[in-house]
Amino acid sequence: MERIRPCLGGGEILFRIVLVIVCAVIFLTVAYPLYFIIIASVSDSTLVSTGKVLLFPKGTSFFGYGEIFKDERIWTGYRNTLFYTSVGTLVNLLFTLPAAYVLSRKEFKARKYIMFAFVFTMFFNGGLIPTYLLMKDLHLTNTPWVFIVPFSVNVFYLIIARTFFESTLPSELYEAAAMDGCSHFVYFVKVALPLSKALISVIGLYYLVGHWNDFFTALIYIRDNELKPLQIILRDILLSNQVFASGAGTGGDSGGYAQKYADQIKYGVIIVSTLPILVLYPFLQKYFEKGVMIGSIKG
Amino acid sequence: MRTAAKLGTVKRDYQLWLMILPALATIFIFNYIPMYGVQLAFRDYDFSKGLTGGEWKGLFYFQQFIESYLFSDLMRNTFLISLATIIIGFPAPIILALVLNQIRRKAFKNMMQTTVYLPHFISVIVLVGMLNVLLSPETGIVGHLMKAIGLGHINLLASSNTFIPTYVISDIWQHCGWNSIIYLAALSSVDPQLYDSSKIDGANRWQTIRYIDFPALMPTIVILFILSMGGILSTGFEKIFLMQNALNLPVSEVIATYVYKMGIVSNQFSYASAIGLFNTLINFIFLYTMNAISRRVSDTSLF
Repeated sequence: MERIRPCLGGGEILFRIVLVIVCAVIFLTVAYPLYFIIIASVSDSTLVSTGKVLLFPKGTSFFGYGEIFKDERIWTGYRNTLFYTSVGTLVNLLFTLPAAYVLSRKEFKARKYIMFAFVFTMFFNGGLIPTYLLMKDLHLTNTPWVFIVPFSVNVFYLIIARTFFESTLPSELYEAAAMDGCSHFVYFVKVALPLSKALISVIGLYYLVGHWNDFFTALIYIRDNELKPLQIILRDILLSNQVFASGAGTGGDSGGYAQKYADQIKYGVIIVSTLPILVLYPFLQKYFEKGVMIGSIKG
Repeated sequence: MRTAAKLGTVKRDYQLWLMILPALATIFIFNYIPMYGVQLAFRDYDFSKGLTGGEWKGLFYFQQFIESYLFSDLMRNTFLISLATIIIGFPAPIILALVLNQIRRKAFKNMMQTTVYLPHFISVIVLVGMLNVLLSPETGIVGHLMKAIGLGHINLLASSNTFIPTYVISDIWQHCGWNSIIYLAALSSVDPQLYDSSKIDGANRWQTIRYIDFPALMPTIVILFILSMGGILSTGFEKIFLMQNALNLPVSEVIATYVYKMGIVSNQFSYASAIGLFNTLINFIFLYTMNAISRRVSDTSLF
């Protein structure tokens, strides 16, 4: 991208100054709230709530984290979410990738019609209530399957995958393999998938984040406390103010619990619940643009 | 003859059919069966007879919704929140992409991108939780800031005047960076020769943005604009629902949250289905109209 080095005229200097200022403002607006949550989670809550903690943690205390790790609900939520996310993402990939491969094959005559049937669901759907009643009729409500089975295919990601297969697998490749007696199954597993690692990472990440952050499914279909995912537990703590009842079951008992720690716990819970995604983030960031670019090719 | 030929291809492609079968089955069961269930909106739901067994009521539930005292409030709130999100939220990623695209130093650009994409991965619950703690007028950092610049005690989340701005600005904070990726991708495909020749013609960087970058983004802008118009009435149910409280309810109750409350909470299945269908139809009309206008004006369209 390095171009001819511009001679720095007055306009160019002014432009650069404005650019740096604009970037600094954007950076601080996005990064500071995140940074603040981190320092607030390990600072003395009284100092935080009086606005004394601004740049560095003050009166460092890990009381909030201690309470969080003692709370059983968090662990149940974590366990459930890990299960729904890992199995869910696996099923997503198992359903989406072969279908995308098939839709990328020109010799598959039905592809135009099936594609239309898929895309149509992006613009029109039965709505909340008919879907809810269907889940009830299928006895999926209040089971772990409701997180996995109904959402095993996301049409948007399917289109991304199909476009990827179309543009990266030259048709000569299949013809050559077919000549040697290779079937679609073998070709898909032995040739197409190994060539699509970037795609699998991108789609996998999208699905994974979707499962991790999903609370709507649980809100509507799950009643059982034992099945609740992390996000629903977070809602109880962060939004409904169900404070911690020191380690014991389904909270609500605020006696014996110092309200002044409530905020510190909230800051801590935000960190604890977002940590896995933040840890994965730097490793996967390089794929984001690739993914969106693959998807934005007109299809 | 023709059927035989067709059967022949099915036989030849049986592996392909097997591979697409799971996806096909899921989409059919979980997307098309509920569409069939839409007739619930025209029937009186009967617990013992299931989705399609109730007595036919025609447009009764639609009429009930349109005549209900909440109708005008719901429509106004839904439109206001959606319009505000589109008018302010739609140009933001375009501007951000144009800004990021001007950064020449690679490491600096990378750092900016890493930062602005990050909030997109925060769950909506955590985001609303963050809003609650940061915006609290007594203990939140924004509360202290507002006091410092003399705005006094305003609970941004609990006032009917500040709910929409808070909603829209936090939405931009969270998704603007992520949404800019697609525009950055479009900008990266601009032919570098265009910049070089414009430089020879004496164009400065403001002018290259105005005459090269912006026109290069136009087709992407139009497509994404049509898509967002299609979703005008279905703005983020989840976030609005979580941000709702008794004090902001007059401006924060939208069609989607009302459908949830009527249907899932109070079990008025037929009434809620009718409202949901009403919502979908308006969306569809919007999408269709915007698409038609765009096809006339700019030759870019979705279908």
